[in-house]
Amino acid sequence: MLDIRIDTKRYPDRGGRPHLALSGLRMQVARGEFVCVVGPSGCGKSTLLAIVGGLDRACAGEVSMDGGAPADLGFMFQEPRLMPWMSVLDNVLLVVPDALREQARARAVELLRAMELGDVLDAYPGRLSGGMMRRVALARAFVNEPALLLMDEPFVSLDSPTANRLRAMLVAQWQRCQASVLFVTHDLREALALADRICFLSPSPGRVVLEFAVDLPRPRDPSGAQLEQLHAELLARHPELLAGLPALREEAAHD
Amino acid sequence: MSARRLAPPAPAVPARPQVTSSTSPHEPAAAVPQGALARRDEGRLRIASLVVFVLLWQLGASLADSRTLPDPLAVLARIGAETASLALPGHLAVTLGRVAVAFAAAMLVGALVGMAMGRWRKVDAFLDAWLVLGLNIPALVTIILCYVWFGLNDWAAILAVAINKIPTVIVTVREGARAVDPRLLEVARAYRLGRRTTFLRVYLPQLVPYLTAAARSGLSLIWKIVLVVELLGRSEGVGFQLNVFFQFFDITGILAYTLVFAGVVLAAEGWVLRPLERRLGAWRA
Repeated sequence: MLDIRIDTKRYPDRGGRPHLALSGLRMQVARGEFVCVVGPSGCGKSTLLAIVGGLDRACAGEVSMDGGAPADLGFMFQEPRLMPWMSVLDNVLLVVPDALREQARARAVELLRAMELGDVLDAYPGRLSGGMMRRVALARAFVNEPALLLMDEPFVSLDSPTANRLRAMLVAQWQRCQASVLFVTHDLREALALADRICFLSPSPGRVVLEFAVDLPRPRDPSGAQLEQLHAELLARHPELLAGLPALREEAAHD
Repeated sequence: MSARRLAPPAPAVPARPQVTSSTSPHEPAAAVPQGALARRDEGRLRIASLVVFVLLWQLGASLADSRTLPDPLAVLARIGAETASLALPGHLAVTLGRVAVAFAAAMLVGALVGMAMGRWRKVDAFLDAWLVLGLNIPALVTIILCYVWFGLNDWAAILAVAINKIPTVIVTVREGARAVDPRLLEVARAYRLGRRTTFLRVYLPQLVPYLTAAARSGLSLIWKIVLVVELLGRSEGVGFQLNVFFQFFDITGILAYTLVFAGVVLAAEGWVLRPLERRLGAWRA
């Protein structure tokens, strides 16, 4: 169980005036649960991930995973962020602890094959397409079979067939290794296609204003009728949802 | 040779290290279409250029007095004689040893300080004025001061050479350290890679182009300065020997030693530094 409690997170703003990015944010992710965080841009979604991932420790609050700070995690950023001087396989193996690297090699190769990268194991990232680089980053996130996976809009700026393929690969790997996933996006359809539960954030300072359990059966068709219907229903019920209106909070309590 | 010429040149900051002066561009030729053919043409041109150089030399020698400018064959014969007497190999070995030690020391110290200055603003602010001073002190001054302060010994000589080179290494490496991609370092932190792995496998590879640039310009600077250091205060080495030849107006000897020494340095660059650089930069191709 991942337990997130962020009382306040401030940034020193450009003018030196502190900017309140997150305030009173509480969130829980059960073991093996896929939670999407949806919110308007600038609401602090990436900040949230940076805090949970331990990249940003300057905040008032606490993040714990089964009683301790999350350590066993995979992270996918908005950009692939591969090391350009390492081959595809070495990029994946980079995040494996030294002692386990030899054993992990077979698993990494298998993972990359599952992501249809078997032919480019020794290629440098500079030669790959954007979609392929994301797949390498996805393989890197899964190679240690982490308990927690943090994803910061990882499929943004991909064309939609490519993004859908990547989402299918992500779901397949997640189901295989039973990681808890915290997936940040601003795309409601993407969230509906992926999540067990969606947490909607308010505009900054961000906090959770609505939680919504997605009861669609898997595998889901990202452009299927069921998903479209749910999307329309949700927006009809909460027209300002994607703008993250704080007024929704009371309603959420009754849901 | 004036002190002015010895002052370290303000180092350019190449994202991709440029080819040093004496050889024509060869490495980035991969961009040229019909690679193999172009390369063969290029090889021919190189040989032609060498032949023309020797011919011009011969021509000049036959016009000038043979004592002022001996012809190529005389110099070649001299190289043979000096090699046979083991004088040349001996002096050459001593000088190359000094080059190697000074080079290694300058690279190590320069890289460490450069990384620190690129990484921490406070270190940078503190050392910046020293760096500017170091860049602008003429080599001759450092050499003289080292000999005066530390005595006429090998360590003073090596120190003088290294001090001349360190500032330019610092400037180049600092530029690289500033250009290190924080997003990649964030990957290392997110995956808890640890300091050692982060440094060796995420940080250092980003500095490689800058380190190789510093190494190449370093070699070309150091082997010039070493000769002056030897001329001023050592009793063995190529620089010392050149001074002896100068006293006796022995141009053939000067040219013989110069040719061999330059050849060795060029070979080191062409057969060691450049292939190393190409291997480390293979991913860029």
